[in-house]
Amino acid sequence: MMLETGADLNRDRAWMRDLRRLALFVGKRLVALVVTVLVGVYLTILIANMGGKVDELRLVQIKTAAAEQIRADPAFHDLPSAEREALMQAQVQLEVDRLRLDEPFIWRSFDYLYQAMRLDLGRAEEMHSDAGSRQVYNIIVERLPATLLLFGTANLLVFFVSVYAALGLSRRYGSKLDRAVIGLAPTSAAPAWFYGIFLILLLAFVVPLFPAGGMVAVPPPDDPWAYAASVLKHLALPVTAMFVAQIFISIYSWRTFFLIHASEDYVEMARAKGLPDRLIEQRYILRPTLSPIVTSFLLMLIGLWSGAIILEQVFNWPGLGTLLFEAIGHRDTPVIIGSVVIFAYLLAATVFLLDFIYAVLDPRVRIEGGRQ
Amino acid sequence: MSQNGRERSPMSPWREGFRRLRRYPSALVGVLIIAGLVGTALYAVLAMPYSEAQKLWRGGEVWYDLPVNASPVWLDRLTGGQAPPTLKVSSRDAVTTTREFENVTIQQLILPFDFYYQQFPSELNLFLEADFTQRQPFVRLAWHTPDGLEIPLGARRIGAAERISISQDQILTRRLGLPPQIGLFAQDQSSGVAPGQSPAVRQGSYQLVLETVHFEPDTEIRAELVAYGRVHGLAGTDHQRRDLLVALLWGTPVALAFGLIAAVGTTVTTLVIAAAGVWYRGWLDAAIQRLTEVNIILPLLPILVMVGTLYSTSIWLMLGVVVALGIFSAGIKMYRAMLLPIREAPYIEAARAYGAGGGRIVLRYMVPRVLPVLIPTFVTLIPTYVFLEASLAVLGLGDPVLPTWGKVLHDAQTQSALYHGFYYWVVGPALLLMLTGLGFAMLGFALDRVFNPRLRNL
Repeated sequence: MMLETGADLNRDRAWMRDLRRLALFVGKRLVALVVTVLVGVYLTILIANMGGKVDELRLVQIKTAAAEQIRADPAFHDLPSAEREALMQAQVQLEVDRLRLDEPFIWRSFDYLYQAMRLDLGRAEEMHSDAGSRQVYNIIVERLPATLLLFGTANLLVFFVSVYAALGLSRRYGSKLDRAVIGLAPTSAAPAWFYGIFLILLLAFVVPLFPAGGMVAVPPPDDPWAYAASVLKHLALPVTAMFVAQIFISIYSWRTFFLIHASEDYVEMARAKGLPDRLIEQRYILRPTLSPIVTSFLLMLIGLWSGAIILEQVFNWPGLGTLLFEAIGHRDTPVIIGSVVIFAYLLAATVFLLDFIYAVLDPRVRIEGGRQ
Repeated sequence: MSQNGRERSPMSPWREGFRRLRRYPSALVGVLIIAGLVGTALYAVLAMPYSEAQKLWRGGEVWYDLPVNASPVWLDRLTGGQAPPTLKVSSRDAVTTTREFENVTIQQLILPFDFYYQQFPSELNLFLEADFTQRQPFVRLAWHTPDGLEIPLGARRIGAAERISISQDQILTRRLGLPPQIGLFAQDQSSGVAPGQSPAVRQGSYQLVLETVHFEPDTEIRAELVAYGRVHGLAGTDHQRRDLLVALLWGTPVALAFGLIAAVGTTVTTLVIAAAGVWYRGWLDAAIQRLTEVNIILPLLPILVMVGTLYSTSIWLMLGVVVALGIFSAGIKMYRAMLLPIREAPYIEAARAYGAGGGRIVLRYMVPRVLPVLIPTFVTLIPTYVFLEASLAVLGLGDPVLPTWGKVLHDAQTQSALYHGFYYWVVGPALLLMLTGLGFAMLGFALDRVFNPRLRNL
């Protein structure tokens, strides 16, 4: 009885120690990540404002707009020019006060940073969502489903097909199929939009099977099934382009990865023991390689967020990439910063999650906290 | 003892590696493609100086005698077509007869040319130059078809330099019932061509007769008739009459230089920085690590787009940003992992024993050790950057003055080339991009299998 309690106590103490180290490790990582995000977002704010130069452009814009407004309004036509001038000044001053353009940029940049970190994305300057909202949040959320649909479909397809195919190929490497995949791997040097152009050429113009761009037919069908069918039809070409561009290199790298792990001594040992292939694959190859697989899966999910500017441009897809490109074109800094901030947060959260999972699963990380 | 000694030995890893490389057919194909591209680049730079390429690509009057959106000649001939190239007749090879009158000279110029093609010209322009001091000469134009028909093309006063767009003459179009560049070359309409059916070409020798009335003694006019074709050269032309061959040729050195500099710039600096971090440890290593983490959060393409939109789209600025952002990339973590065990290697200790400084150890001992592993990465990176440049150009952020493949693609995209059926416009630059990508990737993959020790036995 006493002995059992002692063991329990010991186990408890070990537990506590592990937990403390884990907390220390997690805390350190958390601080590092927050600082990382802080610096990254601040850099983005600096670049998107051209280090404050955008303000000068903005001021000129405000002045012209005010002058134009007063000149065009017939109510002010009879006013003497000095009064009109004063009116204009007052209008400009109002705008300047609203945007706090009279303060030095550095102060405002920290203010922007504070707002961005609180995810208070604010209002867009030029752009608005299709529903008419000027809130950056609404603008981004409106585009999100389109991007998630396209990139989610394509990346999930590429990921699972390539991991599965790579496992199959690593089982019989050196075969004709294996060599064909290796031979085709260099085709992935070209990005997806490049294949997109050819797919549009072949399957939209030479043989008009699929629409050349857009997400749904114009006007959109009322029937939900017809709507879904139309979206699927529009989805076919961009998804194919992304699939073709990534699949071979993806299979190749996973195959190499599995082969390297399949030649470890413990796998040879298992083979020598005469274990069945399937068991070797599941217990001796897949289990130790699980963490890189999970990592790349999660990073792929995060990668969805940024979309792909050019692929969306080529296929005229109303996603986040197109949004970002338009925002940059309009110099609409709140929208640019908003999408970068969300990307940074998602990435940091994923990295943190991965660190945490590794720390829990991998005993080596746990020890590191206690090593002096 | 050091580097040179090892390299001279017969089984140096480099020579051994290249000997192995020769056994991969894909590497040979890759090298051939790269050699071809380098040859093209050299030819482009030698045949057409930088400033001339820029001037040509700016367009305008330089290209007055080229058709708009003409496809390559070989494409048409391969598909069995017989589309006309651009035909030019100048008054230099014309028959001139002059009759003198009181105060007035009447000069007759006959511009003859043969037209034996299956398709109509795309455009018809007449360029006139006259020298006079006060009174402009007067010219009357007439079109003579092979079977003796005469079609008057109107009469007008001419200035010092003038361009008469015959194919845009509204009155003539109404009279012929067809656009002039078709109507003037068509078979007799009286036999009746059903509406919607295209008329056939009347082949034979045509003449444009110019009857000029000069009001001043010793004045002359020079005329040049240009019947713009439907095909041109090896690469065709774009919507501004520019010969695409200029861009395709000059795009090669630009693409190679951009890819090479960006790849070398990022990989070598990344490696050196990683090695320095590993060797000096402490705050330097920590700073490098944190910088890398910050940089991974920043999305590359949006930042490039931002820089391009807000600052300048000069290719050199873009290159600088790419290199700057590429230095602290995820690669640093990889090299760090490779270099950590090397730091403890006995040969480094030996170097320290003879008194080598930190810089010497980093540059002469640590970096060369991982360089072979770096080479495949470096070769496969080149096409990535080539495509990055093309991507920026496709977004409209290409260098404003330099002709590049990406800019041709961008023009094609904005002019809806695919929709209008100008496939050559897209296929030409795309094929070159693809070749570049394939060439470097094939070589890079083979190098990877040779130099990467873990892959060697697979």
